[in-house]
Amino acid sequence: MPPYTLIIGLETHVQLSTATKLFCRCSTKFGALPNTQTCPVCIGMPGTLPVMNREAFELSLRTALALNCSIHQFTKWDRKQYYYPDLPKGYQISQYDLPFSYEGWLEIQAPLSLGQGNGAGAEGSAGTATPSPQHAPPQRGRGSLVSKRIRIIRAHLEEDAGKSTHDETAGVADSRIDLNRAGTPLLEIVSHPDLRSAAETRAYLAELKLLLTYLGVSDCNMQEGSLRVDANINLHIDTPQGKIATPIVEVKNMNSFRAVERAMEYEAPRQYEVWQETGQKLGDVPKQTRGWDDVHERTYGQRRKEESSDYRYLPDPDLVPVTISAEKLEQLRATLGELPAQLRTRLESTYGLTAYDSEVLVNQGRELVDYFVQLAELCGNGKQASNWMQQDVMRVMGEQHLSIAEYPIGPAALAELLKAVKAGELDTTRGREVLARMLVTRNSAAVVIQDLGIEKVDESDMYALCQELLNANPKIVDDLKSGKQQAAGSLIGQAKKRNPNINPARFREILAELVAREPTS
Amino acid sequence: MRLVEQTATQLLAQLNAGEVTSLELTRACLDQIHRVDSRVKAFLRVRSDAAIATAEEIDQRRKNGQPVGRLGGLPVAVKDLLCTAGEPTTAASRMLEHFHPPYDATVIARLRSADAVIVGKTNMDEFAMGGSTENSGFFPTRNPWDLQRTPGGSSGGAAASVAARMTPLSVGSDTGGSIRQPAGLCGITGLKPTYGRVSRYGVIAFASSLDQIGPLGQTAEDVALLLEVIAGHDPLDSTSVARPVPRYTQSLREPLKNLRLGVVQEHYGEGLNHEVAAAVREAINVYKSLGARIVEIELPHARYGIATYYVIAPCEASSNLARYDGVHYGHRADEKRLITELAVERARLEQASDQAGLDRLDNALVKLYRRSRAEGFGAEVKRRIMLGTYALSAGYYDAYYVRALKVRRLIRNDYDAAFKSCDLIVGPVTPDTAFNLGEKSADPLSLYLVDLYTVTANLAGIGGIALPCGMSKAGLPIGFQLQGPAFTEETLLRAAYMFQQATNGHQHPPAIVTTNA
Repeated sequence: MPPYTLIIGLETHVQLSTATKLFCRCSTKFGALPNTQTCPVCIGMPGTLPVMNREAFELSLRTALALNCSIHQFTKWDRKQYYYPDLPKGYQISQYDLPFSYEGWLEIQAPLSLGQGNGAGAEGSAGTATPSPQHAPPQRGRGSLVSKRIRIIRAHLEEDAGKSTHDETAGVADSRIDLNRAGTPLLEIVSHPDLRSAAETRAYLAELKLLLTYLGVSDCNMQEGSLRVDANINLHIDTPQGKIATPIVEVKNMNSFRAVERAMEYEAPRQYEVWQETGQKLGDVPKQTRGWDDVHERTYGQRRKEESSDYRYLPDPDLVPVTISAEKLEQLRATLGELPAQLRTRLESTYGLTAYDSEVLVNQGRELVDYFVQLAELCGNGKQASNWMQQDVMRVMGEQHLSIAEYPIGPAALAELLKAVKAGELDTTRGREVLARMLVTRNSAAVVIQDLGIEKVDESDMYALCQELLNANPKIVDDLKSGKQQAAGSLIGQAKKRNPNINPARFREILAELVAREPTS
Repeated sequence: MRLVEQTATQLLAQLNAGEVTSLELTRACLDQIHRVDSRVKAFLRVRSDAAIATAEEIDQRRKNGQPVGRLGGLPVAVKDLLCTAGEPTTAASRMLEHFHPPYDATVIARLRSADAVIVGKTNMDEFAMGGSTENSGFFPTRNPWDLQRTPGGSSGGAAASVAARMTPLSVGSDTGGSIRQPAGLCGITGLKPTYGRVSRYGVIAFASSLDQIGPLGQTAEDVALLLEVIAGHDPLDSTSVARPVPRYTQSLREPLKNLRLGVVQEHYGEGLNHEVAAAVREAINVYKSLGARIVEIELPHARYGIATYYVIAPCEASSNLARYDGVHYGHRADEKRLITELAVERARLEQASDQAGLDRLDNALVKLYRRSRAEGFGAEVKRRIMLGTYALSAGYYDAYYVRALKVRRLIRNDYDAAFKSCDLIVGPVTPDTAFNLGEKSADPLSLYLVDLYTVTANLAGIGGIALPCGMSKAGLPIGFQLQGPAFTEETLLRAAYMFQQATNGHQHPPAIVTTNA
């Protein structure tokens, strides 16, 4: 076990899914030809002025509320000033000392750590993660997950910059700027350094993404840059002299959750080695920025100019401060709906699902959960509904790349089938056959059952068939009597051939009963 | 009286009565420009053909009995700080020499839809920074009353255009006095509206929290006419205020009863030319004779106005002007030369194994920024960018910017308190009459002091109007200023109108108008 604890805090930039940009009415759609979604305002043309997009602000407020943040009643805009070709005004409109929200938390389902003594309640460098209080849901049944609150320092709204691409082909250094993205609303969510492992970091991001998806505030597409993550990471090393904190490193350019996880896994031993070599502690050297190389799966130092960045923040005189009334907040709070954490708890308590099952369903998004709830209500069995959702519905969705809305069979039609299975009218295997056929024909379960000639086999017919087969197979009777249970399989197979409608489970019971009565030969 | 010598109000009446056409009037203005502007140099660009086409179009509509806008074909000159679609808009800076905005400023759009004929763009101090129009990146403008003197600034071209009767109206901007001071020095009427009264959209920003667009004309009546057209809420400018625009021209003739005029004793201290002081006192006497009551008031923090202004304005300017870096906007330095020089310098340092020198060497992008800005901006603009950058830097921000904001609040509070006991404040607009070209160039601080009486209105966000009240012995106009609480333009204009009805100083044009060149 390594003698250190990882201390990780994340800065997450979330592109809000507004139709238009933060300070003008240009489209935010991804993938258009470069510089076609621009106007005088977002390209910073002399004389233009920003006008705040109220929708973006409301989406941000909703997110902050869902992150349990406090909201400032009065918030303002600041200019963060630096020179870069993809920043046409020479400043980015952001929020500096009066962000609209502060001090919240996100509850994550953290994997229980293997060793390292991390997990809920481990010590942080800038504070301590609050362990779940008593009113939080109990630790989850799966055993490997534990609830943990990751504290949020602040969430603020800002405009995105444009995109620079550099052609580094030898001799033809060529840089191009696309300003389609310039002015797109970005919500920056800054966590406390409460994360203690790569797996926790991933869990935090997954939960955050899920929350944002439920809120409908972002599509969270990391490839398209809708979700960008910078991680601040250092180590707390146990030494005989006590705990030593190593210098903080900021890791950038991580394009996927996996990349974040791998980068954190890479950084921990690297920083430990550096400490062993140099003995550098927190405060001995300035914060280092490292990039993530996805191909070689390693971080690398990014060259930084000596001059420390002084952003010369200035309240933006072109924008009026925003005031948020308590009334407005309550209104927005009412629109949040049931969020993932609450939803999981409800699925577990109302439908008797395990933590694992509720996690799987909730992670699929609100529409799928709605489908599940309807199905469970209609068929009257949550566990059965959950199994069919996971093993059948989601499998087909995955294979055919369908959303739940596109899945051809509605919850009522599926519930009809599930009820028939539950009532023993057909077994699960035949039920699957029926479902497969329903998907093709779009007919109801009843129709398909009839088409396939499925009908419940009379008990007396089953006894008769069983006896007949036993009589014809004395060898099998002997095998069964001597405890060779697998011998039953061949008999059931023969029975199914004779009558495809027999319920194999019931047939097996009858078989056992009849064999027991059979005299030993 | 020649057509061009008449006021906008008189001309509008004739236009509407069909006694004169917009084309005749526009041609008369263009002729006047042709006659005098080679000496005055008020215009950076004259749009002769476009103006004539617009005038003809308006005349045609009037002839057809179709609706014609409120300005009815009156020629107007516009400070080159306001964006005009498809035409150069330079802010009198070499930096923007080739900038052609693709859009109209809101004020320009309002002028067009009111059927103004925009005859040209007027000269100014570069990015509106200055009080003499000598800081123009192209050429200085001269005072029509004495061509050796400055018309003031930064809206010097706009003021000179009206004073030399090249246009009956012009549009200027006022960040620290840039409408009122040149109006005072050129013997015309100029109004700085309340902050938020007129849209700033499309106005190349100098100091966003102080900039305000306003009208210049011969009389309060003319100024009221133009303000009525350009004022009003603009959804494209969040700082513009959604308040109805009064019909200034209609209430104008109504004299103010029981007018209480505040007088500030400190205005008459050191630095005020005695001729100016006497003329302003005389103006106050006129008001007394019209029944106004004089109230002594105090603006104890006004003396910090210049200092406060010269922190806040440069801070905002340093930010607003960051975009002129040669990459997206503004003059771009010769890249090929720059890259070659950089390579030579690098080779030299490498040969000398000068690692420190190599570390200090700018990359090509930074060098492009530096050189483009060095070449594109004039000295005064650079001075203010440096002042602002310094004041906003870490460690200085609280001592300068935050402190200046606090004083700004105190100045505003002073006004609020003063306006409890008076309706308007009367006083000088400039400490002296027009100064000679070059006279203050070597000493920027002395030039900053010409804004002494005007900056506080910008800091407080209130309105002010400058109007003529006499002539110096040297034959130069003397103006005075009225300031009123926020959104009392109506009162300011009525008070100015009262004064102009009782006196006739404003009707007398400079010699350049009446004599042949």
